[in-house]
Amino acid sequence: MTDPLAERLGPLPSRGTPMGYPPSSSSASLADILERVLDKGIVIAGDIRINLLDIELLTIKLRILIASVDKAKEMGIDWWEHDPSLSSRHSGDPLQEENRRLRAEVEALRRERLGAAPPEGDESAGDDESAGDDESAGSARGGDGRERAAERTPRRRPAP
Amino acid sequence: MNDEPALTYVYAAAVPAPRLDAVLRGLHGVEDAPVAFLAPHDAAPGAPAFLTSRVPADRWSEEALRARFEDLDWLEGTARAHHRVIEALTAHTTVLPLRMATLYRDDDRALAALREQRPALAERLALLAHHTEYGVKAYVTPDPGTPGPGADDAAGTAPRSPGKAYLQARRAQHHAREDRYRQAGVAAERIAAVAARYAAHVVRHPVQTGPLSDGGAGENVLNDACLVADDQADAFRVAVREVGRDLPGVRVEVTGPWAPYSFATLPAPPAPTGTADPPGPRP
Repeated sequence: MTDPLAERLGPLPSRGTPMGYPPSSSSASLADILERVLDKGIVIAGDIRINLLDIELLTIKLRILIASVDKAKEMGIDWWEHDPSLSSRHSGDPLQEENRRLRAEVEALRRERLGAAPPEGDESAGDDESAGDDESAGSARGGDGRERAAERTPRRRPAP
Repeated sequence: MNDEPALTYVYAAAVPAPRLDAVLRGLHGVEDAPVAFLAPHDAAPGAPAFLTSRVPADRWSEEALRARFEDLDWLEGTARAHHRVIEALTAHTTVLPLRMATLYRDDDRALAALREQRPALAERLALLAHHTEYGVKAYVTPDPGTPGPGADDAAGTAPRSPGKAYLQARRAQHHAREDRYRQAGVAAERIAAVAARYAAHVVRHPVQTGPLSDGGAGENVLNDACLVADDQADAFRVAVREVGRDLPGVRVEVTGPWAPYSFATLPAPPAPTGTADPPGPRP
């Protein structure tokens, strides 16, 4: 068996140079790093109680930067729904309301899409496809996803 | 920060070795602070130690952190520093990353926590030895230029009514999109097969959809982390690279090598409240 360590060191710059951090340090996307550093790793109770839950509470905005609310919810991260200060049921915040609506919408879209070529694909997608104002959403998908995601704009009109 | 009150920041657990000293010497962690191993004096050789820095207490108190976690610039710098330390060591040994911002009032408190967790840490480190985490992400690429409505795709054919042309273009666009998602499904199946063959463990992360994800790369539809034995790593990477070769609508990306962040979990404590699930119970 070859030395795995040597293999692993192969592509890395020589160790010990001051700026010689492995390349992924600079090239790894911030989203990837935050995803791992904030969300993964061993959790051991520290003296300073910025523990798991605190981080989750404090960084809701940040989390939305990485994975939008609906995706977080998919992961089972739905604590804000139980937090009175964050729950739309209590605050009546239109943004929260929109989030909830979007979550339901995305759920519906996901079912449609992950149904991997649903037998009646045209039928299920047909309704909203024919809507004229869906055009911009369809053609702009991905191109300016950064901005669109920031606004959490619906990709398509909700099917009535 | 000689007399300044300081806290002990813990990055990770790893087994100290003389060859790691040189790595640590050039390393700066959060607050640009030096990084050192922290282990009890009576530590047996091969026992895990904490990688730590001393950080100013006033800037790392609960109140200070509460505010600073909202500051994306600070958070980015800190996250990168935390990651940098872990990554630098990962190139040389097995590292068990701790969640960012694990802080103790002093080294003694950190040592107490270390003593308590040592068996579990040692066990986990042994399991992760000679394994490396890789990220595998699949993107549905942006529309490569299927003519949208209004584009003159009727060149050379008989003129059609604008309405008909529009609808045809819409349909073509719709089919192209459907096709890319179908390809993504194929890619996901292949990635699962590659992972089943080469990876010791796989975890699925939520897809990255927020503004921090690279919108220009397309829509992220799969975001897995694979724990791969080091002697399988090359074959794994080659196999993943092959996945998207004949799928023009999909881009498959391998990230890493990472420290085993996604696989750094401790077994549930015997206490009845414990759970092995990383997300943990919610109130």
